[in-house]
Amino acid sequence: MASVSIDGIQKNYGPTSVLRGVSLSIADGEFLTLLGPSGCGKSTLLRILAGLEVQDAGSVLIDKRAVDGLRPKWRDVAMVFQSYALYPHMTVASNMALPLRMRRLSAVQRLPLVGRLLPETARITAEIDVEVMRTAKSLGIGHLLARKPGQLSGGQRQRVAVGRAMVRHPAVFLMDEPLSNLDAKLRVQMRAEIKELHQRLGGTFVYVTHDQAEAMTLSDRVAVMVDGELLQVAAPQDIYVDPDDRRVAEFIGSPKINMLDGVVRERGVVDVAGSALAIEVDAIAGAHITLGIRSEAFHFADHGGPGVLTGSVRMIEHMGSDLLVHFDLAGVDHLVIARLLAERAPHIAVGQTLHVGVRPDRVLLFTRDGRRLRREVEAGRASVTPIREIAR
Amino acid sequence: MSEPLCLSGVRVEHSAIGGARRAQIPATPPARAPAVAQTLVAWGLAGPAVFFLLVLFLLPVTGVFVIALSDWQFGARSLSFVGFANFREVFVDAGFRASLLNSVVYVLIVVPGSVILGLMIAVLIESGRSLRSFYRAIHFLPFMATLAAMAIAWEALLHPTIGFVNQALAVIGLPTANWLRDENTALPVLAIIGIWQNLGYAMVLFLAGLKSIPQDLYDAADVDGADLWLDRLCIVTLPMLGPVSMFVVIVVAVRAFEPFDAVKVLTQGGPGHASEMLLYTLYRESFEYLRTGFGAAVAVVFLAIVVTLTLVQARIMGNRVHYQ
Repeated sequence: MASVSIDGIQKNYGPTSVLRGVSLSIADGEFLTLLGPSGCGKSTLLRILAGLEVQDAGSVLIDKRAVDGLRPKWRDVAMVFQSYALYPHMTVASNMALPLRMRRLSAVQRLPLVGRLLPETARITAEIDVEVMRTAKSLGIGHLLARKPGQLSGGQRQRVAVGRAMVRHPAVFLMDEPLSNLDAKLRVQMRAEIKELHQRLGGTFVYVTHDQAEAMTLSDRVAVMVDGELLQVAAPQDIYVDPDDRRVAEFIGSPKINMLDGVVRERGVVDVAGSALAIEVDAIAGAHITLGIRSEAFHFADHGGPGVLTGSVRMIEHMGSDLLVHFDLAGVDHLVIARLLAERAPHIAVGQTLHVGVRPDRVLLFTRDGRRLRREVEAGRASVTPIREIAR
Repeated sequence: MSEPLCLSGVRVEHSAIGGARRAQIPATPPARAPAVAQTLVAWGLAGPAVFFLLVLFLLPVTGVFVIALSDWQFGARSLSFVGFANFREVFVDAGFRASLLNSVVYVLIVVPGSVILGLMIAVLIESGRSLRSFYRAIHFLPFMATLAAMAIAWEALLHPTIGFVNQALAVIGLPTANWLRDENTALPVLAIIGIWQNLGYAMVLFLAGLKSIPQDLYDAADVDGADLWLDRLCIVTLPMLGPVSMFVVIVVAVRAFEPFDAVKVLTQGGPGHASEMLLYTLYRESFEYLRTGFGAAVAVVFLAIVVTLTLVQARIMGNRVHYQ
């Protein structure tokens, strides 16, 4: 097992800058997810870790050893590809055995007929077969060893791809969106299996995804990437509750966080959408700021008043115990979404006037250019956001 | 022929659309009019292809069969049927036997030669960085060029005294030969020209095949430790080219059975029967000796060989190269 350290990685394709100085260190045995929208450079970073691409600047250390310029096979990493990249002409057993054959058998020993006649070949091949069988059994694909990838379902192929990575006990597992070709139900199941696999193997995992539910449920830490920059690296809860950057707040969470423009009236009071909210903010009066309010930070209020926003209901989504209410606010050009408890907000109808209260301690403040404004006193910093709400 | 088409039209009605319809109107049988209309549309769409298939392929083939069973001579006003006499004659004819054997030898040289060289050149071009389209073009040129014209260039190269080949051989001290007039070299030389012509075609098909191999597989091979050129070739490239290879071998083999222009221009099948091949025999018997019935029998044998070859190859290789 090994730690991974990435220092100032830059990568350009022609004039396009894909990675702009990314630095990150991953602890031994950690499950780290690179999360970001498509095109943010996360897959490129993973390929640089694997040695499949060469960075323009910066260096990669695996187990405190610089691996820049080393071929993938000398880096002691294994990779699971989005397409699985199984060799279609080989059986499952041959697919899984290949990494071991390449390492343990010499070029002569791998020759089709001559190789078998050499003294050590039979013994090493038998060893490999045993290890392949053991790995396959642990993944529940022992009965598929004689099949070819074309005869397997998506989930089975995915397991074979994981098996091929596992079989040689690499120091670091790299996974490039391994679940994105599966249907929704299977994805949830395989997510749990990957989590379990990580706990069982205890290896260092670097996992790339654009799916925040995967990132939140699997990871020890999540690294959010946007436009080739690493915006924040933190535990899943912190990414959600305490984002450093407006883009992180907007990328994480479903429904998307509501962003409302506000003006600081005086210390402790912010004007937003025609109401005054009592929010401690470390900014001078008259400063323009942006308030990030997650849908669950709203609560139903019977009537207007200080600290209450008033708007008109445009759409209602019933989610069972909750309602997602989309409403208009005066002076805001997009709809605002509130998650209200169904029992506390009876008889809401489209077109009706809605009053919602805001929990000041749950409001995230940003400068207009997107930096987070932290309050000096993070009183009662919300610790209540259940992860499952995001993962839904 | 109209019966199955009509039936299939009705069946579509039942299975795809009829399911929902039956649920709504359970008692009524499917309307007659749409079925007829569908049949008409089907014939309308298939019509042009059926017409040309008939006129350009099925009728001529039938004609050849009929002529092969007769003693007709090109231009004659009458004919009488002689049963299989022409075929019996064909198989005892020394000229035809030599021609058949030559064709087989030619195919056995040209197919492996073109396929292996075509594959090598395709892999080399694909692995190189520069001048790709230039190399593609010069190797594909012989396939595009009119072989009759190219054959004259070959004739000049192979000229016994002033030809470039013999002069070059003489300079480096190797023995020279009268390539096209020597019974030992005529056929191999034609085969080399055949390879020269076909390898560009094989190369283009292999290049297309190489492009369709997913990069992920090479990446996976890299990570798995198979990153040397030969390993990548054996683990990814060659197996993934399986389906393309099947196609290339079939197409080149069929083409290799029908060399004509080079034979006609360069050797006229000689010396003796040394470089005579099926298509040339067919031509000479039918249009020079005017033994049209005999020529038609040769054509039938030729057709049988090509069709059998295609079926056998598709059978054997089809079992081994389909991945899905």
